[in-house]
Amino acid sequence: MSEADYPDDLRYHDQHDWARLEGDEHAVFGITWYAQDALGEVVFYDPPELGATIQKDASYAEVESVKAVSDVIAPMSGEIVAVNDALEDTPEKINQDPYGDGWLVKVRLTAPQEGEGLLDAGEYRKLLEN
Amino acid sequence: MGQNRAVAGWEMPVTYEGIREEHSAVRTHAGMFDVSHMGEVEVEGPGALEFLQLVLSNDVARIEIGGAQYSCLCQEDGGVLDDLFAYRLGGDRYLIVTNAANHEADLAWFGRWSRGFDVIVRDVADRYAMLAVQGPHARAVLARALNVELPPRMHVAPVHVGRRPALACGTGYTGEDGVELLLDPEVATPIWAELLDSGVVPCGLGARDTLRLEVCFPLHGHELSTERNPIEAGLGWCCAEETGFLGSQAVAAARAEGTAEKLAPFLIEGAGIPRDGNPVLAGEERVGAVTSGTYSPSLEQGAGMAYVRADLAESGTELEIDVRGKRRAARVASRPLYRKAS
Repeated sequence: MSEADYPDDLRYHDQHDWARLEGDEHAVFGITWYAQDALGEVVFYDPPELGATIQKDASYAEVESVKAVSDVIAPMSGEIVAVNDALEDTPEKINQDPYGDGWLVKVRLTAPQEGEGLLDAGEYRKLLEN
Repeated sequence: MGQNRAVAGWEMPVTYEGIREEHSAVRTHAGMFDVSHMGEVEVEGPGALEFLQLVLSNDVARIEIGGAQYSCLCQEDGGVLDDLFAYRLGGDRYLIVTNAANHEADLAWFGRWSRGFDVIVRDVADRYAMLAVQGPHARAVLARALNVELPPRMHVAPVHVGRRPALACGTGYTGEDGVELLLDPEVATPIWAELLDSGVVPCGLGARDTLRLEVCFPLHGHELSTERNPIEAGLGWCCAEETGFLGSQAVAAARAEGTAEKLAPFLIEGAGIPRDGNPVLAGEERVGAVTSGTYSPSLEQGAGMAYVRADLAESGTELEIDVRGKRRAARVASRPLYRKAS
């Protein structure tokens, strides 16, 4: 998508990652419109292993554009229960649809309360303005 | 995206609309690069040829009037200070195009070694903007826009752009046909706009890098430095030791005795994108390091160049690249990595 967009139903991490909470125990993660725009055309997504444990604020995956590589930071802690395999062949979906087909992983949350500390869309937009 | 990067004091766009799009425009149609950061030095006088034979690695006597030639500028120990094009504009008049980051050092080097020669060395970098128009259709689109005849590959011709004198050079850094225009900065913006209207795609540093890497053109500061001689960089073809240029003895020795390492182009087999500085491994042994690495938009895989132990630089050799802790299988390839389907 070419226009900046930060959906209201997501929680945001200040390292430009989003989390979509699904029930109390699960969440889907991805990178924000800002992150994919700054990175440019994504040509490679290096996902974590299924079952891997990830820590809030730590890198859990890499996305690469032609020019640069970027760590992807976990907005919350948990265990990887699904990775978006389709991105292996079509990593550009991260650019085209960062909140939809460009999702990165699905996680079983080990500390769901961490969601409280994340930003809402308005707060994230404000962060980008500063 | 509008990302910019500072290069030797110049603010340069990495990309305008996306590296892949720009890359593909140059491979299939026509793209243009504002490379005004490149430096220009004029060398003129009865001693010009003799002086340039001393400082440039190639046989400058072989450049006819209106001709162009690629050379290294070597230190006495063979280390590469810069790589550059020399254009012969007249009987004893040459124009040298330098890399921006090395321009001042090149000038100082020329100043030091031109003493005793009947030659004037002028820094004319402020006089020229530089526009590289590259791609299979670049020449035709540019000829139409300027309404001039353009010189063939590896030649230079005086032309007019916006009624101002300019130089058209049949050279480039992409592996495609094309022209580099050296022109009055005043007329650079209008010709850019006109070419844009003619469908020429503006390209940034990102595409410039992927294009040159696919055809294995070295970049000073990566494949070339004062720590490397032209032989290990695979540039023996532009060294004419018989001219006695500065560094020729070291280059002759490297050619005769071989070098410990050689520059090897390689492709990643499968996933992974190599980056500058990644270690190269043969089994458990570290045998070299990547000097340039990227995702190749034409080949759609990781590609790069690395200095490796000389016996491992043969095409077909299987190596591994340590990409941030993950070992990626790579195979040494022959130059160029990308070849146009004919």
